[in-house]
Amino acid sequence: MAIKVIKPGLSTTVQDLGRSGYYHIGIPTSGGMDMLSLATANLLVGNDASAAVLEAVFMGPELEFSADTTVAVTGADLPPKVDGVEQAGWTAFTVKKGQVLSFGFLKKGARGYIAVSGGIDVPMVLGSRSTYALGALGGFEGRKLAAGDVLPVGQGAFAAEGRAVPEALRRAPGAPAELRMLPGLYWHRITEQAGKTFFEDTWKVAPEADRIGYRFKAGRPLDFMPRRPPFGAGSDPSNIVDACYPYGSVQVPSGTEPIVLHRDAVSGGGYMMIGTVVSADMDLIGQLQPNVPTRFVKVTMEQALQARADRRKTMHAIAAYLA
Amino acid sequence: MTTRYSFGGDEHIFVECSEEMSLDAFFKGMSITNALRDAKITGVTEICPANASFQVRFDPDVIAPDEMMRQLQALEAVAQSAPSSLNTRIIEVPVYYNDPWTHETGQRFRERHQDPTSTDIEYTARINHLDGIDGFIKAHSGAPWFVSMVGFVAGLPFLYQMVDRDRQIQSPKYLRPRTDTPRLTVGHGGCFACIYSVRGAGGYQMFGITPMPIYDPNQTTTYLRDFMCLFKPGDIVKWKPIGREEYDHTVAEVDAGRWQPRIAPVTFSLEEFQKDIDGTNARVMAALNGH
Repeated sequence: MAIKVIKPGLSTTVQDLGRSGYYHIGIPTSGGMDMLSLATANLLVGNDASAAVLEAVFMGPELEFSADTTVAVTGADLPPKVDGVEQAGWTAFTVKKGQVLSFGFLKKGARGYIAVSGGIDVPMVLGSRSTYALGALGGFEGRKLAAGDVLPVGQGAFAAEGRAVPEALRRAPGAPAELRMLPGLYWHRITEQAGKTFFEDTWKVAPEADRIGYRFKAGRPLDFMPRRPPFGAGSDPSNIVDACYPYGSVQVPSGTEPIVLHRDAVSGGGYMMIGTVVSADMDLIGQLQPNVPTRFVKVTMEQALQARADRRKTMHAIAAYLA
Repeated sequence: MTTRYSFGGDEHIFVECSEEMSLDAFFKGMSITNALRDAKITGVTEICPANASFQVRFDPDVIAPDEMMRQLQALEAVAQSAPSSLNTRIIEVPVYYNDPWTHETGQRFRERHQDPTSTDIEYTARINHLDGIDGFIKAHSGAPWFVSMVGFVAGLPFLYQMVDRDRQIQSPKYLRPRTDTPRLTVGHGGCFACIYSVRGAGGYQMFGITPMPIYDPNQTTTYLRDFMCLFKPGDIVKWKPIGREEYDHTVAEVDAGRWQPRIAPVTFSLEEFQKDIDGTNARVMAALNGH
């Protein structure tokens, strides 16, 4: 079967759990920004958690189906409609041959995950079906969807409609959003006072927020410790000799607006990073809209590992519930 | 040169070999990352060398962060005794310096530049006390460059000029990054040259353009059929200045599947290089001519 794209939405891409092993040549991990929602959508339609889905940002696409199938939409509150009839989110529903899946306005969150029984069957590139648009790699022709595209769908197992994930297992950012961060990397480059205000201030998601990284504004600028620029780094106090950027690392060019690198991260560069958002909270960033108030919360490695264990427990609970 | 270790969240260890760029720092990082690769530690998922640092990604569900740190630090001592030489290759990269496309892009983003009244190449020639554009091209293409990192975006090489520090070309990055850079622009920031593998944002000064693709996700380019990225850390590059005619001809030949870059195997020893920079460079560059 196949899905015809009638309207592509704002920036809809094919994503799965991402590709590993090519960051050393600048090819990022890619994959869904809210991985927990992506995996859940797959389980709802009877797929393996690693199947490819569509990630829609802020606005849903309009899709026509060539055969009967089961669909589920998770993540953002982006109400799905089948031939105009609204369907519940986080719930498996049937789409019949010739019917059109469309979406109402976004109510909450930022990214919806649209899973189809059998998964989006674009070719695997370097071990993943995920789209890396900057490198024109993977996904559907290496780019976001456009009107007229026809997406192949794999052979799905039967999945009953009506299966849903309970509210308690749907993880979403709070208000303000809280992102736990382990300080480190070039933390020593900023003053003690800057280190304090960074965690005290409530930041806001800036308009420049995408799959590469999320920029934050409205906090106080960070002051730097004085230094002589090291050879090769550049003269700005935030410059370093170009280095690797960890996935989730927080860089602060010129000390003004922190940027958290996400799934399509640039793999390195010349700006100092003051720490890394813990792996468990990367999903939450994928659901932040511009202007959402956000705080960074300082944690230890022990707390980071606890957060990781809690997230895994949630994933196991979802899988057990849908088993 | 003190090595500094830091956790990058619960999945990465970041290791800075030196705050400053030098080939010593690069080789130190290379020795440790080679030792780490050979050690085949269960739970290590990615090893990413950079200019004067490197990064390791691991799965903390498989190996505890403290244990990962302990094993990595133990490798530093092992790596110290590793010989600082490598069997690598030299690649000739044709460059059309002062080309119309990077010139046009530079003009579009002029208000983001340190010197809005000049061009990137004129500005960099001036602040490095080189004799105009011709003097710049001579200095830029006269000695080979060492690929000390691949990244930022897919397949983009960072290159370090193989000359004394006081002869190295240095330039600041744009005051604010551009939102556009032509694909295959030869750029420069700090002490590093780069080749932009794809079109996109960038902050480096723009000096020219190469007709030679270095990244091809579709793998139709003849010399990128085996793998989509050309460069890897440790490669050596020799820039070859070309004019418009040769640029156009090379683009056509690449498109027709008839063009191959000139590549030759070469050995490089850091010790030999430090004793005799010009002699080593002459030997390395002669390899391109079959010597």
